[in-house]
Amino acid sequence: MIAALLFWLFAAVLVGSAVMVVTARNPMHGVLFLILAFFNAAALFVLAGAEFLAMVLVIVYVGAVAVLFLFVVMMLDIGAARRKGGWQAYLPAGLAVGAVLFAEVLFSLAGWKLMPAAVAVPQPAGLSNTAALAGVLYTRYLLLFQASGLVLLVAMIGAIVLTLREHTRSRHQSIPRQLARDHRETVVLLDVPLREAPVVPGEAKKQAAPAPGGAE
Amino acid sequence: MTHIGLFPYLLVAALLLVLGVAGIFLNRKNLIVILMSIELILLAANLNLVAFAAQRGDLVGQVFVMFTLTVAAAEAAIGLAIVVITYRARGTIAVEDVNLLKG
Repeated sequence: MIAALLFWLFAAVLVGSAVMVVTARNPMHGVLFLILAFFNAAALFVLAGAEFLAMVLVIVYVGAVAVLFLFVVMMLDIGAARRKGGWQAYLPAGLAVGAVLFAEVLFSLAGWKLMPAAVAVPQPAGLSNTAALAGVLYTRYLLLFQASGLVLLVAMIGAIVLTLREHTRSRHQSIPRQLARDHRETVVLLDVPLREAPVVPGEAKKQAAPAPGGAE
Repeated sequence: MTHIGLFPYLLVAALLLVLGVAGIFLNRKNLIVILMSIELILLAANLNLVAFAAQRGDLVGQVFVMFTLTVAAAEAAIGLAIVVITYRARGTIAVEDVNLLKG
């Protein structure tokens, strides 16, 4: 009874905050409502017995992804939407697509059945959810686990490559260029005659001018 | 789970999915809201997986949620990087102004 009550409470907040994510005028409010939605989804996960996934949802989504969204929203200086309206033009299309999609989901909800050959991997008695999950993840799905790590690596490299700007003013050393230098291109030998000051026209006049002043 | 049953979970997940898809259609403000709508859609998928895993007593559904989370995190990182470089190149991320391809 209490579980059902909590379920509907969390579900109502989840759906309400999802509506706010979609309709919020200020994207900052949208991100904050997204965080609220993630917390409530984590509560629903706990009610379904998936404690570890609930914690992962809070840590990964709220701790990393939502904060990433917050950083980008603050960095880009967007502000609230300037134009009012405009979305009414797309309301019929959005509502139609949403209604069709919802009807399809409901139809599939009414008619689904399990494949007879599907074999469940039950949670062993006496093990916590986390330990049981690890027992499956690190044995049967080890390769997929490694592959998901690769997905993250590719995403990280891709994000860095996309956003990296070449700094032309940075003074980093180029080791190959330094090693390829030769004394012939850096040192110039000149023949300078002895006891003859180099004659530069401007310099000679400047030296001549103070001489009378020194005599007075 | 025994007190709640499978159907309420599926209903909530369907509502989330529809909200996410409608958000992509309705939103004319900026690209970040579209990315957040995609996060909502993926959350709905995760909710379905967890509900079925609990109903069948099957751990594989929960394992699959972890992979979905991985892909969602990668998608968020790449998508936000694209948003940032779009802002750098065009000075705006309003959906109406991103019309270089005249789609």
